Amino acid sequence: MKSLLSILAALLLSACSGAALRGTGDLGIVIERATGSVAVVDSSAKSILGRVEGLGDLSHASAVYSRDGRYAYVFGRDGGLTKVDILERRIAKRIIQAGNSIGGAISQDGRLVAAQNYQPGGVKVFDADTLELLADIPATFGDGKQFSKVVGLADVPGNKFAYALFDAGEIWVADLSKPREPKLTKFRNIGSQPYDGLVTPDGRHYIAGLFGEDGLALVDLWQPEQGARKILANYGKGAEKLPVFKMPHLRGWAVAGGRAYLPAIGRHEVLVVDTATWQEVGRIPVKGQPVFVMARPDGRQIWVNFAFPDYSQVQVIDTLEQKVVQTLSPGKAVLHMEFTPRGENVWISARDDNRVAVYDTASFAKLAELPAQTPSGIFFTSRAARIGF
Amino acid sequence: MIRFPALCLCLLAPMASPAADPSPERTRELVRMVRQDCGSCHGLTLKGGLGPPLLPETLREKPAESLRYTVLLGRPGTPMPPWNAFMTEAEADWIVRQLMQGFPEEIR
Repeated sequence: MKSLLSILAALLLSACSGAALRGTGDLGIVIERATGSVAVVDSSAKSILGRVEGLGDLSHASAVYSRDGRYAYVFGRDGGLTKVDILERRIAKRIIQAGNSIGGAISQDGRLVAAQNYQPGGVKVFDADTLELLADIPATFGDGKQFSKVVGLADVPGNKFAYALFDAGEIWVADLSKPREPKLTKFRNIGSQPYDGLVTPDGRHYIAGLFGEDGLALVDLWQPEQGARKILANYGKGAEKLPVFKMPHLRGWAVAGGRAYLPAIGRHEVLVVDTATWQEVGRIPVKGQPVFVMARPDGRQIWVNFAFPDYSQVQVIDTLEQKVVQTLSPGKAVLHMEFTPRGENVWISARDDNRVAVYDTASFAKLAELPAQTPSGIFFTSRAARIGF
Repeated sequence: MIRFPALCLCLLAPMASPAADPSPERTRELVRMVRQDCGSCHGLTLKGGLGPPLLPETLREKPAESLRYTVLLGRPGTPMPPWNAFMTEAEADWIVRQLMQGFPEEIR
């Protein structure tokens, strides 16, 4: 009788535990910016598993993943930092950490989550488990009473974070090997109005794009004593740049085959740089002003989307041929693209058509269309294992 | 013969008036453009981002005329681009009026 009861109890428990066990390696989220929700998606089934709501103002939201690929940390414009359990599809924890935020990063060891803020300008570092504030690093400059907006936050090896100060023209590297005692290295006069930054896949070079002048600032993190230097200076050659209707995003770097592919500000071009010499080796004409320039994980293709008003198309560059080989029209107002972990598919969000389109990257055939409310960023869990994502 | 062009002017005049509101369809487009495209720098809720907030309390002190030209011609030295290729002066005036009153939400 007793054993019968325990069998019954075991049966009941397993029934209550609900869904079968599964990994998260092929899961991800799609930001639905107008509704403050995220859609949890399965990139194998090409389907939406469910939604998590209540994440606040998600205009310009981005996300990073815990190293076990279970939790997404979503950074909202309103300063919200939300830890989403993508398996249980619920909010595990949520705080408002600033007045106006732009994104974040997770440390090499996965224990620290850093948020980059516009208001108040600076970086805040939280315990990844509890979201307890561990360090507050105001981006002071000038007389020490001004605070700069922070852009281009990237995780770099050694539990450090690199970022740029838009208003100050500086790059800072914060060493958080002791999380409550951050150590700062500051690179000053790196150029005018850095608008975003990236770290190369090997974690060695941090690059900040400049809005206020032609060129980018480069720091060799293996040899920080050499300081920051300017690369691609004067790439516009004094020509007047076109009005920029949306800032390019450097994050989601495109480094492939020894070359970096970078958006030209105010020009309908992708700049190609040799990563050994950091000299320009070419430029590829494209349809509009690039916003995201992203390498397929194997580096054979570069996918580019564009700023308003050319934002309903996407172009694909073949890295062997160094030219555009395909132009797609996934929908109105393409905001983001995300490759499946090994790059056989790409997911593309079309904000104004309220859908996400999935393409085969070899045949360029459209494989699926999923409904989503004003979708913007798409973030797969494979980011958990990559530097700079 | 001479009266005809004058009549045309009379008919056109009300359309050119800065107080004219855009059509309902155009209104939807403009609201979407401001919320979504201006919103990429100023925030969907217009509380600011890389660009400054565009809320009534932050714009109150600013003359509507200068706001109109900021929208149409941009602000050199800052990332603010000119939008005059995508809207008329009257539409820019309408946007400025709405911003100063509290901008409408998108209708879905």
